[in-house]
Amino acid sequence: MSHPILAAYDLKKSYGRGPNRFDALKGVTLEIFAGESVAIVGKSGSGKSTLMHLLALLDKPSTGSVELGGSDTATLKGKRLNETRNKTFGFVFQQFFLTPGASVLENVVLPLKIAGIASRSRKLRGHAALERLELDDKARSKANALSGGQKQRAVIARALVNDPRIIFADEPTGNLDSATGAIVEDILFGLNREQGITLIIVTHDEDLAERCDRRVYIRDGLVVSEEARVAA
Amino acid sequence: MRAIDVVGSAIGNSFRSRLRTTLTVLAIFIGAFTLTITNGLGTGINAYITDTVASIGANDVLTVTKVSPDATTTGPQEYSADQITSGGGAAGGAAGRTTVAAITPADLTTIAAIDGVTSVEPSLSVTPDYVTTGSSKKYRLGLGSFVTGTTLQLSAGAQLDPASSERQIALPVSFVAPLGFASDADAIGATVHIGITDAAGTSSVIDATVVGVSEAGLGATGNATANTALTTALYDAQSVGRSATAKDSYAQAVVHFDANASASEVTALQARFTDAGFTAKTVADQIGTFKSVIDAIVLVLNAFAVIALLAASFGIVNTLLMSVQERTREIGLMKAMGMGAGRIFGLFSIEAAFIGFLGSAIGAGIAMIVGTVVSRALSTRLFANLPGLHLISFTPASIITIILIVMGIAFLAGTLPAWRAARQDPIESLRYE
Ligand SMILES: Nc1ncnc2c1ncn2[C@@H]1O[C@H](COP(=O)(O)OP(=O)(O)O)[C@@H](O)[C@H]1O
Ligand SMILES: [Mg+2]
Repeated sequence: MSHPILAAYDLKKSYGRGPNRFDALKGVTLEIFAGESVAIVGKSGSGKSTLMHLLALLDKPSTGSVELGGSDTATLKGKRLNETRNKTFGFVFQQFFLTPGASVLENVVLPLKIAGIASRSRKLRGHAALERLELDDKARSKANALSGGQKQRAVIARALVNDPRIIFADEPTGNLDSATGAIVEDILFGLNREQGITLIIVTHDEDLAERCDRRVYIRDGLVVSEEARVAA
Repeated sequence: MRAIDVVGSAIGNSFRSRLRTTLTVLAIFIGAFTLTITNGLGTGINAYITDTVASIGANDVLTVTKVSPDATTTGPQEYSADQITSGGGAAGGAAGRTTVAAITPADLTTIAAIDGVTSVEPSLSVTPDYVTTGSSKKYRLGLGSFVTGTTLQLSAGAQLDPASSERQIALPVSFVAPLGFASDADAIGATVHIGITDAAGTSSVIDATVVGVSEAGLGATGNATANTALTTALYDAQSVGRSATAKDSYAQAVVHFDANASASEVTALQARFTDAGFTAKTVADQIGTFKSVIDAIVLVLNAFAVIALLAASFGIVNTLLMSVQERTREIGLMKAMGMGAGRIFGLFSIEAAFIGFLGSAIGAGIAMIVGTVVSRALSTRLFANLPGLHLISFTPASIITIILIVMGIAFLAGTLPAWRAARQDPIESLRYE
């Protein structure tokens, strides 16, 4: 394999100053290759979300660098940074963050709207994404009329509607019962296998972590161990 | 995000919490409604005044009064035998009562000699007692003297002839029926008897021919108008028993000048009168005083409307701050998905402007309907004797200006919440656990 698609080198992140200073990340180095599925595993407060935010370019590290496709992202600012995030990443959160009063389709095409894509092609692509998640019959329903599993599928449709190369999922099954959770997992790993979308999953669920190609264990802001999936 | 999508989303968002938006729109509605009505009043009344000035004509006439030597002092004035208390100009005393010095025959000579004056005549103030056809009852009569060059708004008959030796009178329409005439036209050519009392208290009667029937207007409310021959006859009858000096003192004089004079030439002419110790006013000056009074009143009313709008704009600030609060997660998500801060700002400030637009468009629209209905009702009842007065009227330009001003105020009110939304940190907004 050549360049990693996303890499972090000696990432440090501190919150606060002086006596209140808290080091959430204390030097994390991590390389993620295109098409991989990686689980970031750790207890609550270990720094998983902080690491994900830095990798997703939502925040700047105190020191260290994040490289996207082999180039440093420190110089990305303003419009170019927003465009990069919009085109490259898809997000799935534990909470759905769907706009309740808006239709499912409207929710799903939000990244396309932000990208400045015209209304007609937004609709086409939105329906296509919903079809892939077998949710197209709900396109016109209000988002709050969906069940938990349907909501998370809508969120996944929204995450992949703009053909991202990387999908970040922060506790994607945390709010779902295990049966629905399993379905959502299948969908995510299906996208990873069939479309080569890189998956970065933040979780403390060992079973979910087991299904990933690779697990990165974090404790107190440091990577404590990495293990690849045991070849079956 | 495309500009059209920003506007579309902003409008869509404003309908999300309907009750809150409705209440805010209502507050703006009240301000915009008031602003539209007060402006409509100003427009309507001023348009009427302008029309009246145009129909009165007499662009070549100045009304001249003599400045009293101590007119500039404040407080009680010392009595002087040759002062006359004048009720202001022909237009009806907008300037209040001012003490002016009497104009004497010597003054008339001085005025005639002023460069640019083509003629001067004293305006004779006559106060007849009554008018009757002989067979009708006697009715109290107010009389204005006819100024050459003015045009009466007539419903029948012809204009007065100032040069004629015939004693002519134009009666107001309101006198036609009481005096027993079948119609306005029926009155034309009839002879009426005018009673007048002289200084010694003796009554005499002067006959006059009705040549016209005048519509009431701002220039001549309820007064009959006499030509020079009739005015002179009445003045002579009224002055029996007065001394020659008293008879030859006048409150004001009417000066004619070149009708083709430009505005600056008229101003220069008025300046020469000022230098000579007189005050000279054109008809437009006298009626212009009305306009500035009305403008001042409209300004005060507008100030109230603007205060209402300011109160409403705090409503907008409040509504949108609540929206930003409620939509924290959504804003954070949009930012995470690559929406720029500028676009987020636009989303909320346009929502504010849209709420402003709703309030002002509905306010102005309903104000126009209400104003038109009220104005119609008033012009057929209360103002029936002032034909042509539409108390409240609207121009497209002023309506558009009002809507734009309100939208501007709303936009400004929206900037604080919009700025809050724009600088929101997506990570903070999306935090949970
Ligand atoms: N904005 C912040 N200010 C101060 N401390 C923070 C902030 N964000 C996170 N932290 C702290 O950093 C640590 C790691 O947080 P986080 O990355 O959210 O952990 P995880 O996702 O693994 O539960 C926690 O102890 C948390 O309290
Ligand atoms: Mg977390």
